[in-house]
Amino acid sequence: MRRQLPLVMTFIAGIIPVIALFSPHPIVVNIAARADRWLVIVYAFALLLGVVSVVQSNSRKIARRDKGWPYAVVLLTGLTVMGGFGFLGNFGIFGGITTTPDGRPTPFQWSYSNVFLPLQATMFSLLAFYMASASFRAFRARNLAAGLLMVSALFVMFGRIPTGEAVPFVPMITEWIMDNPNAAAQRGIIIGAALGAASMSLRVILGIERSHLGLGRGE
Amino acid sequence: MQDRSKRRRLARSGSTPPLRTAFFPAALALAAVAGAACAPASAAAQGARTQAPLEVVAKDRPGDAGGRIVVTWREAPGAPASTYRIERSSDGTGPFEPVGEAPPRSTRFEDAGAPAGDPFFYRVVAVLPAGEAVSETTSAAFSRANWFRNDRTNALILVLAFMGLIVGFIEAARRGTKLFIRRISGLSAIDEAIGRATEMGRKILYVPGIQSMDEIQTIASLAILGYVAKVSATYGADLDVPNRDPLTYAAARETVKHAYMEAGRPDLYREETVNYITYDQFAYTAAVTGRMVREKPATNFFIGSFYAESLILSEMGQTTGAIQIAGTAEVFQLPFFVATCDYTLIGEELYAASAYLSREPVLLGSIKGQDIAKALLLVLGAAGVVLTTFGNPIVANWLTMR
Repeated sequence: MRRQLPLVMTFIAGIIPVIALFSPHPIVVNIAARADRWLVIVYAFALLLGVVSVVQSNSRKIARRDKGWPYAVVLLTGLTVMGGFGFLGNFGIFGGITTTPDGRPTPFQWSYSNVFLPLQATMFSLLAFYMASASFRAFRARNLAAGLLMVSALFVMFGRIPTGEAVPFVPMITEWIMDNPNAAAQRGIIIGAALGAASMSLRVILGIERSHLGLGRGE
Repeated sequence: MQDRSKRRRLARSGSTPPLRTAFFPAALALAAVAGAACAPASAAAQGARTQAPLEVVAKDRPGDAGGRIVVTWREAPGAPASTYRIERSSDGTGPFEPVGEAPPRSTRFEDAGAPAGDPFFYRVVAVLPAGEAVSETTSAAFSRANWFRNDRTNALILVLAFMGLIVGFIEAARRGTKLFIRRISGLSAIDEAIGRATEMGRKILYVPGIQSMDEIQTIASLAILGYVAKVSATYGADLDVPNRDPLTYAAARETVKHAYMEAGRPDLYREETVNYITYDQFAYTAAVTGRMVREKPATNFFIGSFYAESLILSEMGQTTGAIQIAGTAEVFQLPFFVATCDYTLIGEELYAASAYLSREPVLLGSIKGQDIAKALLLVLGAAGVVLTTFGNPIVANWLTMR
């Protein structure tokens, strides 16, 4: 039963969207929509499991004074404070979730706007620096392929800035690189990946691939 | 009263004939004049009537969820109508309400507001310069919900053909046919990467992407995670699987727990081996990069579906000197992984991983079937390109899913 039930459920959950793709009948559409709603419910329980994991693993880290335990303190404090503001805000305490009746931000909203969002933006902005260092490494002309990559990249980068756009032929070469070799390679990867995904889905639906269920793979 | 008796008297006296003779010629003349004046209009009306749309038929639109009725007609010979007005009634006798208009020369109209199961009668009015010509009323038409989308027949045929190929090759593999799968460097390097971490006494970081279990890349990633966890347990290496998605976290826990059991080392499994961090993309990225900097894992796996965090994670791993194996089917993240990781599983290699690693004939059979399907699609695609270039888009049209 422990082996069969997950496989049966996987089959049913996997086959519903396939049938819904080909059948417009309201019964099928309703079943598919209902399955989506069930996913949200399962999600809620899984999220609870996640919160328990965060609390357990970080509490353990603090108790054992593991490497970096102060970060665990920050994390648990953040979880408690933001979670508390959000939870209590739902019951009208602290003036709600977003703004108080007189238009001022609630503690939850204030923390979100002044702590969470700037931190998030900081992480995202790091991407620019990492992109520069990764490009530097990728564009070192160690062999012919890397050399070609570097030349193409230089044309594309130069062709997409105002100065480059003003230089004769550069925008044309840029567009040619993007529309031909680049698009062809991308489509090749996409077609291969799509077929791979379809094959993988079929294996999962038919229960041939089952390692993700913790059941071992193969028959 | 006086007039009536006078008329009677006149009638008796025989004085009516002069009146009759005076009235009839006048009436005849009037009729003649009126007839002459009206003659062109009557002809036009007659002409308009003969230009009423012919063979009007109303039918359920096939292959939809119901609620649509298609009205078709044939244009009458003669001057074309400036527009067609389609009218509908819930019984054949009327009143008829307009439901829409169709442009000149059209012969089809789709009524999108016909509730399923209710009877509707249609007629088509041709609006002509000389007036309007009304067609005959159709018989009752009902819209109904259909079980199959006709416009996706091509997709169904392709899906069935694809499934047939996969199942066929799986059967061939079951019967013992030898199947060759090319070497995939990224997957062959997994053992070496885990061995390196074991020798260095440092942990292995496995990031299963940031998507949930409804993303097939995540499922493929968990299949690889099962293998990585099994080898890690066998070698006694420390594994760390941080998760961003709660469902993926729950599934990864089961996968790793089972892998440790399969390796005969359930004692090595700890609850924090697979852990949940947060649902926020960049908070998750910050936490994982923080671990990389503090704990310096010897091996990093980034396998699954990634977005903007891919470069931040892999570039950070690069700076810590870890051996890195990545795999994704996200086309826009692949260049970042190629630039920063030692090995990258590109697109379909990610999905082939579980078959490649397990070497189970049944799984290998599905990979082979997929390869043949790809070859056939390439042939179809090439045929489509050639035919479309020469002005015949039949294959391109057939391959388009609506």
